[in-house]
Order: sequence, then C-alpha cells, then structure tokens
Amino acid sequence: MTPDDAVADAHRREWGPVLAATVRVTRDLDTAEECVQEAYAQALEAWRTDGVPRSPGAWLTTAARRRALDRVRHADVAARALPLLVTDEAAPDDPEPDRTDLLALVFTCCHPALAEPARVALTLRLLGGLTTFQIAKAFLVPEPTMAARITRAKKKIATARVPYRVPGPAELPERLDAVLTVVHLVLTTGHTAPDGEHLVRRDLVDRALDLARLLRARFPDDGAVAGLLALVLLTDARRATRVGADGSLTRLADQDRSRWDAPMIAEGTTLAKEVLLRSGPGRPASRYALLAAIAAVHCEAPTFADTDWAEIVGLYDVLLAGRPDPVVALNRAVAVGFADGPAAGLEALRPLEAEPRLASYHYLAAARAEFLRLLGHDDEAALAGSEALLLAGNAVERTFLQDRDER
Amino acid sequence: MAGYLILLYVDEAAYAADKPDDLMDAHLKFQAAHGDALRGGAQLAPSATATAVRGAGTTPDYAAGTDAEVTDGPYVETKEALGGYYLIDVPDLDAALAVARDVPAAFGGIEVRPLIPMS
Repeated sequence: MTPDDAVADAHRREWGPVLAATVRVTRDLDTAEECVQEAYAQALEAWRTDGVPRSPGAWLTTAARRRALDRVRHADVAARALPLLVTDEAAPDDPEPDRTDLLALVFTCCHPALAEPARVALTLRLLGGLTTFQIAKAFLVPEPTMAARITRAKKKIATARVPYRVPGPAELPERLDAVLTVVHLVLTTGHTAPDGEHLVRRDLVDRALDLARLLRARFPDDGAVAGLLALVLLTDARRATRVGADGSLTRLADQDRSRWDAPMIAEGTTLAKEVLLRSGPGRPASRYALLAAIAAVHCEAPTFADTDWAEIVGLYDVLLAGRPDPVVALNRAVAVGFADGPAAGLEALRPLEAEPRLASYHYLAAARAEFLRLLGHDDEAALAGSEALLLAGNAVERTFLQDRDER
Repeated sequence: MAGYLILLYVDEAAYAADKPDDLMDAHLKFQAAHGDALRGGAQLAPSATATAVRGAGTTPDYAAGTDAEVTDGPYVETKEALGGYYLIDVPDLDAALAVARDVPAAFGGIEVRPLIPMS
C-alpha cells in the first residue's frame, strides 16, 4: 500500500476512533475536528518520507492529541464561544478506554435531544469522517442546509450540555434504540441512495457495518443490536450483484447468487437465527432481527424460484403485528404476490393505495405494474409503470424501470 | 453544574374543566424527590391574568413617561400557556431530562431550556 493509500484507508477506518480520543482532550467538537484534520495532513507528509507506521490509528491519535493538548494549553478560555463538553473522568477500571470514548461519541451524536436528521448527519461526519458535501448529497439536501444543520446540532450539544458519555443502565435501552435507528437509516440510505447516479453508496454502508460491529462488541447480549448487525451483513452481502457492470439495476430474480458474499451471509444468518431463537412470548424479536431473518431467507434460497415466500410473508406478518408500517405492508404484499400468484399480490396491494405515506413512493406503482403485466393487463401495467418512473428519484432505478417498460 | 429552566405548558381550558384534587400532592411529591436539584419554582396564575408590556426598556436612564405600551393578555397567545416553572441545577442535560420526566404534567408538556451562565 502506498503512503497516500494508507492515509485514505486510515481516513475510512480510523476517523471516528481518532476523533473520539481527541474530543476527550479538547472537550469541543470543532476544535477536535480541526486537530484530526491536521493530523491526517501531517500523516500524508510524514508517511511519504518515513513510511507507513505499523499502527496508523495509534500514530494519528497521538498526532491529533498532541495538537489538541497544544491548543488547550494556549487557548484563551475567556474567549470561548461555547461551553466545554460535559465529560466524565475516564473510569480507572475500564478495560477498553478507547472503545468507551468512541461509544461516548456515538451516543452524543445520536442523543434524542437532537433532531433525527441532525443525529444522522453528525454520526456520518464525526464518526464516519464524511464531508458535509458528501452527507448533503446522500440525503438530497443543499450543502449550506446540511452545514447549518450540523452547526446547530453542535451548538446545542455544547450549550444544552449534552454529555459525552455512554449512558447508564437506566437510560441505555432508549438511548441504544436511538443509536440503532440512526445506523439503520445510514444503511438504508446507503443501500438505495435516494438520488444520484449510483444505487449503493459504499461509504454509507461501510459506516453502518462499522457502527453495528462496534455496538455488538460492547452490547453482546442485546438482541436488537445483534439483529441490526445481521441485517447490515445480509444486506451488504448481496452488494456485488445489485448493480450490473453498466451500473444498471439487477433484479433479485436475475442476480448471480454465486457472487453473493458467503462468509457475510453465514455470519448474518447465524446471528439472525440466534436472536430469533432467544425471542418468544413476552420477549418479542426486534424489528431488525425480523428484517434480518427476511434477508436470510432470500440469501439461503439457491435460486429465486426456490425462495420460501410463505416464510417471508409470515415474517412480515410478525413485523406488522409489532408495528404497523406502510412500507413493510407494501413489501409483504409483494411477497404475497410471489407466494400466491399475481392476482393475490394485486389484491394485497389494493388497501395500500389509499395510504398517504405511499402516495409518492415509486415501489407501490412498480409492484402494481409488475403484477398487472404478469396477469396480461398490459395497458394498465404501462400506466402504473410510467407512474413509478415519474416518482423514482434514483437514476439507476429510473433506468431500470424505463428499460423494463420498453421490453 | 448547570442551570436549566423547566417550563410547564398547560392546556388551561382542560385544566379548568377537570382540575384533579391530587395535583398539588403530585407536585409536592416531585419536589421532595428532586429536592437536591431544585433551586426554585412557582405556579403561574392563568394567562387571562397576564399583562403584556411592549416596547419596555427603551427609555434612557429610566426617565418617567416611557413609550412602553401596556395591554391585556399574555405576550404570545398559545393554546398551551406557560403555567409554571422549576429552576434546577444539575450536571448535564441527561440529569435535567431525568428530573423533567418526573414533573407532573397531565395537562400539557414540558420544555427544558439551558440557562446561559452569568459571567
């Protein structure tokens, strides 16, 4: 690996941990970010001349913390615009102080006192090292809007004294739930980028995987955490086949299953099964575990035709019993169509057409078009197809729907 | 430590129609439970008793005969009016929210606002 590649690689892997350790010194997010940026710039110079260090993360942490200590020593405390972050003393018996710092940063970014879009943006920026431009692009927001959102959130963290801390047992369930929501949103946004020319945003999916693994390591007994990690793995395992060589969308039915990532599928499936086995009456499986189980059924089917659609419909039923959700209901209706035929699928879609949250969602029209086509109602299918085309925001998905209409 | 103001917003119509007898007890119980954090608090008389003063503080040196205009009613008309407050002193927002969660607020909701320290 060339020194420049090593810096890029470390940027992708180590940004969050380096920043988290630096925040502990500066107790200010902006100053910490500046110090980390400078450390990466310093690495670019130093590694070209001295070679890549054995532990790039430790090198960067040392460099960033040294700069931070320098600034703290010289800072004019009275001139500070914002109060310092509330941090606890590092616990002397903490076996993994670095991971604790990293998790403190996660919980601070995902604090429920921040608006949800701000939580996602802060997480990607502070933990993932994404630029404001990249985050704005992923969420279809103008860059100045995203910059203002991030600035406002940082200001609130300091002024309202959102603590830099892993919450205690009393608060943990609710706070962990907020973190999982953010990670799931990062995954779904990355998996089907709502706009832009690429269907999958690698940077987002990679970050979701890192975060899910981090949470799993710290909370190994939490079923929702395990379920989410399984979901990320089973979603990402199919990455290579979702988009063809020309960037066009490949349907699940047409994907080359031999190119799915077998180790990821094995890990995800084992996890999902473990969580579902532990659930039972009075201990319902988390939403993520059920979504992971659905993904596992797809992954384990040797061909599309062999998919156990009845099992998938059953899992969607359990999901909907836990929490009604029109998008989940739509996916269930599509599964019904594959399990019991297109007429049954159309019938299952019908009640969803009045659902306001699905009115502008192109998958509903696309599913209707598909079932109508299979039933031979070509004119109605074409109409539904052009509706889907009109609503689709992602260029790859648009091209896919267009190609299908022309066939 | 840091100061926070816990604002109690109240649907006054609902409160007037169905004021429970045990509300004061609930507040006393809350105050006893969070005595360490509490620095002050009060119930406000209904917003119908409020008087707005617009243009206040614009007269130099507190000279007599100001331009301020006095009108009947609250400064901002809202369905849920400010009905009371608690002032607390706690280490951080999580601690403030833990206190706020326990405030009896059957007729509305709670807003937690950090105070800017006087320097």
